[in-house]
Formats: sequence, structure tokens, C-alpha cells
Amino acid sequence: MDDIVRYFLNVEIAYATLPDLLRGFGVTVRMAVLAVILGIFGGLVIATLRAYRIPVLDQLLVVFMDFFRAVPSLVVLVMVYFGTPYIGLLLSGETATILGLALVLSAYAAEIFWTGIKTVPLGQWEAGLSTGLRFTEVLAIIVMPRAVRMGIPVLTNRTIAVAKGTAYGAIISAEEILSVSLSAQQTYANPTPLVLGALLYLLVFIPLVQASRWIERTYSIRH
Amino acid sequence: MDQFLSTFFNIDIMVAILPAMGIGLLKTLFLSAIVFPCSFVFGLLISAAGMARSRPVAFAVRAYIDFFRSFPPLVLLILIYYAAPFLGVQLDPLLAAFVALTLNASSYYAEVQRSGIESVEIGQAEAARSTGLGAVDTYLWVVLPQALRNVMSPLIGNTIELVKLTAIASVVSYSELLKVAKEMQSLLFSPTPLVTAALIYFVVLWPFVRWLSRFERQLMERD
Repeated sequence: MDDIVRYFLNVEIAYATLPDLLRGFGVTVRMAVLAVILGIFGGLVIATLRAYRIPVLDQLLVVFMDFFRAVPSLVVLVMVYFGTPYIGLLLSGETATILGLALVLSAYAAEIFWTGIKTVPLGQWEAGLSTGLRFTEVLAIIVMPRAVRMGIPVLTNRTIAVAKGTAYGAIISAEEILSVSLSAQQTYANPTPLVLGALLYLLVFIPLVQASRWIERTYSIRH
Repeated sequence: MDQFLSTFFNIDIMVAILPAMGIGLLKTLFLSAIVFPCSFVFGLLISAAGMARSRPVAFAVRAYIDFFRSFPPLVLLILIYYAAPFLGVQLDPLLAAFVALTLNASSYYAEVQRSGIESVEIGQAEAARSTGLGAVDTYLWVVLPQALRNVMSPLIGNTIELVKLTAIASVVSYSELLKVAKEMQSLLFSPTPLVTAALIYFVVLWPFVRWLSRFERQLMERD
């Protein structure tokens, strides 16, 4: 038991690594917030563009949505980080993580909003158009709000999953929680920093996961 | 443009690395194939335990599900892989990945299966019991089939995510698709292997992603 405490919850090491870990925590939160904002905004733009059914662009957007939902986030991040230098673009690990996760989330969000748009009854479109509103106005005032509301439960879960993906930043040298705790673990030859890092993640995500359950219940239209 | 294509989509490199990538893909599929049944059945056991009347058991089930849904899978894998030696166990990369992925996926399956069980009307179980069917038989032959049917689309979604998630095994140097691609990328100093890996994931998972989209849309439209 003493051994376990000495290895896994070593107070001295915990104390020494805490400032670095908190800095990593800040990076994690910043990356998550930016990726989520960009991703959801991107999803809204894509779903809106698809509503206009512009030839060629529509097909390209479908491929975009399918591609980023079929390829693992970690692969996307690695591709963005290690691929961009070949076109002369040097992204920091943090930027590459934000960009990669935003791409993935925008594909999922677009799919969710698009499903919402498609399932708004045709009568609502017709009613809107018959009152003299233009297509864009019907879309923005009548259809989109419904589509977004319908998508909220699924989108919440997806958003949390993408925010958890910030941990992948550690693989492409973004200095977030996991990467800080990994290097501290190597410095001290002790897993305490990893345990602390894991606790920091739980501190953020357990409330979010429980909130998502609440949101699911509140917004669920089926029950 | 030619420059771009020969950097990112170099056909010669693609052909040369294909055999190695094929082996990587097989390992990806192998890991998925052992994690899927174990986590699915494990999830069933957990969701079944969640139906227990005993409050502590129901609480423990909730805690298990929320804990592992909150834990970023990569953090879990790294914790298992790098902390186990301090307990005197050296885990093989495949085993560590199997354990981490199974813990993660089982919590997602359990959550979905639980909501599926809740969606089956209580009258179904009562009717079955009144005909003399035992509790276990009622669960297995009456409740469970309907429950799984009701949550088919999130189950398919979770399974797609599981296959994608195996990419994290590359971090503990299990030589699946992403690991092979990264090795080839640094060996050949070309991003083509990474692009190839992404394309392979896309080709393998695209049919399922499409299928799921169509399936979900049909469900929404039926409501």
C-alpha cells in the first residue's frame, strides 16, 4: 500500500508538477473551446450551403462530411501537423490540434444540422414561402432554428467527444495536460503526474458528461 | 499542382507501401474484432446490472459508465501502459490497447443499451412473465431484442467510432495502420503514407458511415 501511494500519489512530485499541469490544463481548455466554436460554426455554414443544393459544391461537401466522419481524429491531426510543412506551412501543435478537431466536428455538426433540415416538414417551407418570405429567409427564420434545436442532444455528445480529442494534441507536441504529464512522468520516473493529469480530465469531463445526459432528457422530442 | 500531387498523392510511394499498409490494416481490424464482442457483451452485463433494484448497484453502474465516458481514451491507454510497470506488470501494447478500448467502448455500449432497455414498455416484460417465462428468459428473448432494435443506429455509430479509435494503439507502438503510416512517412520523408492511411480508413468505413446516415434519416422521418 505504501508503495502504491509512493508511486501513484507522491505528494512531493505532485506539488512540483502542479504548476506545469495547470498550464497544460489552460492549453487543453483553450484548444477545446476554439475547436468547438470553429467546428460548430463550420457545421452551420456547411449545412446552410447544402440547403441551396449548388451542383458540384453539394457533392464536394458530401465527400467532406463523409471523409471527416470516417477517418479517425488522431489520423486527421497527424495529417494536418505532419502534412502542412510540405506545402510550406508550419503550424504549431496547438494550432494543428484546433484545426484538425474543428474539421472533424464541423463534419459531424453539418451532418446533424443537415438531418434536422431534411426532417423539417415540407409544409413549413411552403407555409413560409407562401407568406412572401424568400428561400433564405425561410431557411434562417423557420427551418434552421428547428434543425438546430433537434440536433442539440446528439451534438452535445459529439462536442464532448471532440473536446476529449484535445488529448491527441500530445502526439503532435501541443503542450496540453497529457503531454505535460507524460514528460513529467519521464523526468521523475514516477506515474504520479499521469494520475494527476487523468484527474484533471475527469474534473472537466464528468460534469460535462452528466450535463449531456440532462440535455438529452430535456431536449429529447421522442419521449 | 503537379508538385502538390507528387508530394501528397505520390503513386509510386503508394504502390510501394501498400503491402506494409495492408498488414497495418489487418492489425487494425484484428484489434477491432477482439474489442467489439468483448465490450459489447461487457456493456450488456453492465446495463443488465443497472436494472437491479439495489441502489448501490445502480449507482455503481452509473459511476462506471460516466467515469469511462469522461476519460479520454488516449489518456486511459497511456495511464494503463505506462503505470502498469510500476505495479510490476509489463503490458504488451496489444493487451494494453485491448484493455483501454474495451473499458471505453463498454461504457458507451452500456449507456446506449440501457436507454434501449428503458425504451421497451414494461407491459412487454409483464406479459412475458405472466405466460410463465422466467426473469432471465424474459430479458433475453423478449426485452433485449426489442431494446437493441430501438437503439440500432447509436450502436452502429459506436461501433464505427470503436474501429476509428483503434488508431490510438499506435501511440503505444502497436503497429496498426497509423503506426505503419507514420513510420513510412519519416522513412520516406513524404506525407503520402499518411494520406494513404486516411484514404484506407475512408474506403473501409465510408459504406458504414453512409449507411448510418441514411438509417438515421429514415428513423427521423418516421417519427
